[in-house]
Formats: sequence, structure tokens, C-alpha cells
Amino acid sequence: MFKKLPFILMTLTFVLVLAACGSKNDAGTEGSNNSTGETATELSGNILAVGSTALQPLVEQAGQKFMAVDEYKNVTVQVQGGGSGTGLTQVSDGQATIGNSDVFAEEKIDDAAKVSELKDHQVAVVAIAPVSNKDAGVQDLTKQQLIDIFSGKITNWKDVGGKDQAIVIVNRPSSSGTRATFENFALGTKVEDIQGSIQEDSSGTVKKLVAETPGAIGYLALSYLDDSLQVLKYEGVEATVENVEAGTYPVWAYEHMYTKGDPDAATKAFLDYILSDEIQQKDVTELGYIPVSGMKVKRDAAGTVTQ
Amino acid sequence: MNNKLKPRRPLREKHYWEEWTGRIYTSICVVFLIVVMFSIVYFVASKGLSTFFQDGVSLREFISGKTWNPTGEPAAYGALPFITGSFITTLLAALIASPLSLCAALFMTEIVPGKGKKILQPAIELLSGIPSVVYGFIGLSVIVPLLRSMFGGAGVGIAAGCLVLSVMILPTVTSIMADALSALPKGLRESSYALGATRWQTIYRVIIPTVLPALLTGIVLGMARAFGEALAVQMVIGNAPHVPTSLLESASTLTSVITLSMGNTTMGSVHNNALWSMALVLLVMTFVFVILVRLLERRNRV
Repeated sequence: MFKKLPFILMTLTFVLVLAACGSKNDAGTEGSNNSTGETATELSGNILAVGSTALQPLVEQAGQKFMAVDEYKNVTVQVQGGGSGTGLTQVSDGQATIGNSDVFAEEKIDDAAKVSELKDHQVAVVAIAPVSNKDAGVQDLTKQQLIDIFSGKITNWKDVGGKDQAIVIVNRPSSSGTRATFENFALGTKVEDIQGSIQEDSSGTVKKLVAETPGAIGYLALSYLDDSLQVLKYEGVEATVENVEAGTYPVWAYEHMYTKGDPDAATKAFLDYILSDEIQQKDVTELGYIPVSGMKVKRDAAGTVTQ
Repeated sequence: MNNKLKPRRPLREKHYWEEWTGRIYTSICVVFLIVVMFSIVYFVASKGLSTFFQDGVSLREFISGKTWNPTGEPAAYGALPFITGSFITTLLAALIASPLSLCAALFMTEIVPGKGKKILQPAIELLSGIPSVVYGFIGLSVIVPLLRSMFGGAGVGIAAGCLVLSVMILPTVTSIMADALSALPKGLRESSYALGATRWQTIYRVIIPTVLPALLTGIVLGMARAFGEALAVQMVIGNAPHVPTSLLESASTLTSVITLSMGNTTMGSVHNNALWSMALVLLVMTFVFVILVRLLERRNRV
């Protein structure tokens, strides 16, 4: 009897493994119930927001404040990073209540049916500015100059009016939302990765490398800009909150919080709370985002800007 | 036999149940481990293979294609730059770390066994406790600027990556080598000395040849660690998706490109599946390393 035990358990193992494989397709629906807030008078429920690390600090801070409000004390807000792609996947599969994303779902998900299920809630705006090493000797670049630099046509700062120094490109990975925003609205075209260019996924590392590497150029969200970098004007326009709101500075994107279909009561209360003046005027600006309420222009998924 | 043992029956009973609890407990743990292992292999393989079977990327393009441009039109999924990057950094790191580790291990076991073991061993073991993000940050703050000022250019690249990696694998390689050396029977050294050999002659004529398979095991395990290391390398290597032409040029490894893009892509997209295929390549490479170690161990026993 003793000796047979391992064999029995081994058989069990394989059965379990096979069972696990077989049930793979159902796995997506299992987690979908974690967002059922009761629609009764007292709001309660669990909200799980997953995705964009760029948006994470805002949602985390807003979530803490939200849970501290008496009315919503039975609602739990959990925030996780993981990237825009993860957020969109999980909200689309029903594993998360909210999917945080730096880009429109249309740009990440190819399946149109899946996109149409998702409901977009734009909670903030992030503007991105081209930055260079302080010693490059350039303050202003035109769109064409940026295209030539990022596509490898111009390789020396002296060709754009700076010092005689080789240009080192510090890029984001091709799947990054920040890079998509920069390519769409500053360059207007996708660029390939140049041999010898640098790719980093964290804004902190990009900032450190651009600040320290002679001849480096990169791009960063406004909240990361400081005196260690040379912030470059784009077509003569400075990257400021006022210019973004007025629509004169074009390199910006919405931060999205997607829900699958209409949000339930608790989730809706949370999204409304983020859009309330209290969060928009204070937390959003404090953390370096731009409030959506202040925007004088709007943009749709195709990139068309309307006043 | 029942009759003989009857008086001691209660004691026997206790042992009997203890034996059962132990067996059941270990069996459950083993089963759990096997389930986890098979699930991981199954998951990575099913995701990684769907790039080829579902999305129609050819295996040849994936293994030997030099262009990685998953967002381009047309998209290209050549992983050769990452595969070469992984191999170059791993081999160079092993090349730098192995002699250092061997010397450290010899110092601890042959040259100054008492003090060496007391001071050097804890110091080296301390290295393995440092989180890889710290190594990455040190690499970014010390090694990259150093390379930049010495050789010019951006400083990030293969050279920075393998320097960081070589420090990270030092403890693994050193401790395995030291264990192997100290496990040698004393008689071997004594007979060598008795024949009139010097300490140096004993070390390189007797000791090293005897434990060579074990030393190689240490190096292979260090390489396995280097091959799978992601974060520290990602921070200093530059991550450009190209086959590098010099050691100072930005390059990427399989792990660095996976960590860089995995979160930004949606599950089920071709880009995401291609990343899983790279994970599969890593898994297969780990198997190869394990098999290598097994073969070396077999040689060691003879």
C-alpha cells in the first residue's frame, strides 16, 4: 500500500494537469464577478483597476481618498500596474473592473468587437516634451528636424544648429504608449529603431540617461521635466499646461480608464469622483497631469482635433 | 510475524501513523510541484508556439530574422538580435567571472583555508543577496559613465551588460567551485606533497584536473543565471533591437525585450505571442543548461 501511494498521486497529477489545460478557455469568465457592486442604497463592492504605470499614481491617490469618504466606505479600490496592454486585456476579459491605458483601445486591440464592448472614460491628459542633454546647444526643433533625428537622417547636433556632437537617441520600446503619442503627434509618422539607439521603459531611466549622456535626445512627460534637462520647444511652442489646454501644443494624449460595458454603481461613483473638481483641480495637477476639464480642444481615437 | 511483535504493538502503531503522515505530506508537496512545473511548461509552450501555428510567423524568420519591428507595416518578427545578445552577454560574463571565481575558490580552500573561508566566503555570499535592480542601478550610475568616459559613445551596451552580469554570477560560480574543492579527499593533496610537489604544482596538476567537471558545473549554472537575468541587464544594455557590431553598442537580450514590452502588449496579439516565443526559447535554453549540468555530474562521479 505504501509503495503504491506515489503512483496513485502521480496519476492524479496528470489528471489535474489535463483538467487545468482543458478548462483554460473558461478561465477568463471566472473573475468577472468581482465587480458586482450592489445597486442598493449603500454602495459596496470591489474595484480592481489594472494597467498603465503612467496613470497608476493618480488612480492610487484618488482611490485612497475615495475610500476615505464616508459614503463609499464599503467600496474597496485596488490599483495595480502592469502596462496599458495588460490593463486592456484584463478589462476586456472581465478580470479587472477598470483597465487603465495611455492609448485608445482601438490602437492596441485589433478585434473590433472587443473594442466596442469597452467604454472609455478619459480622466486626465498627459503632455510629452522632447528633451535633450543640456550641452547639445539646441533649444527649438521643428517637426521635420525631429523626424530626421529620430529616423536617423540627421546624426549630428550641428546640422540642427547645435554643437558638433553625435546624437544619441533615447527611445521608448515600440509598444509603449508614450512613444505612440510622440510618434503620432510630434512626428506624425512611425519610426524604426535606429541601430545604436537606446530604449528604456522607465521615465526615470530615460531622464537619467538624457541628463548624463552627451548628445542625448529623448522625450518625457511634463511631470518629469526639471533643470537637469534641456526642454526643447516644438515648432517654437513651449510645452506648458496653458499651451496644451489651448491646443497650440499638440503632443499630448488622454489617460483612459476603460470599463467593460457601462460601469456598475460603485465603479461609476469612483469614476465620477476622479472627474470631480476636487481631484481634477488638486491631485491631477499636483501629480503633473493636466485636468481634462481645462482642455479647450478634444481629440478622438483617429487623432482628429476639434475645438 | 504478528505474534512476535504483539507486545510492542502500541509503539509500532505510532510509528506507523507517523510514517503515513510523512509520506502523504511529502507526496502532496511533490504532486503540487509537478503540477506547477507542468502547468508552467504547458502555458509557455502553448503561448509561444501559437506564434508559429496560429499567427503564421515562420520559425525560420523568428530564429534567423534580423529585423524586429512588430508595430511596423509589414510587421517583422526576427528575434536573432535578442538571441545573439543573450548569448554574447552570457558567454562574456562567464568568461570574466570564471577565472575570478576559480581564484577566489582556490584562495578559500587551498591557500588560506581558515581566514579565507571566514572572510571571503560571507563577502561573496553577500553579493547574491543584493537585489538585481540595485546591480542595474549601480551599473547605470558607475559602469556606464565609466565606459562612456573611457571609450566615448553612450556607454550603454554589451560591455556594460556583461560587466554587471559577471559580478552577479560570481557568488553562484564561486560557492559551487569552493564546495567541489573542499569535498576533495585530503589524501590526494597529501600524496602530492609527499611526492615533493609544490603547492602550485599540486593545485594545477592534481586538484584542478580532478574537480574539473564540478568547476564546469559551477560555470554552467552561473551561465544559466546570467541567461535568465532580466532587470539589471535591461537597465544598462540599451535595448536596441539590432545585432550589435561592437561591444559598446546598444543591444538587447531575450529577457530585456520581454520585460520591456510584455506589459504594453495585449494578450493574444501577435506581438505578445512573439514575446512568449522568446520566453519559450529561454525555457529551452534552461533545459539545455540543466542537461549540461547533469552530463557533467555524471562525469564527475566516475
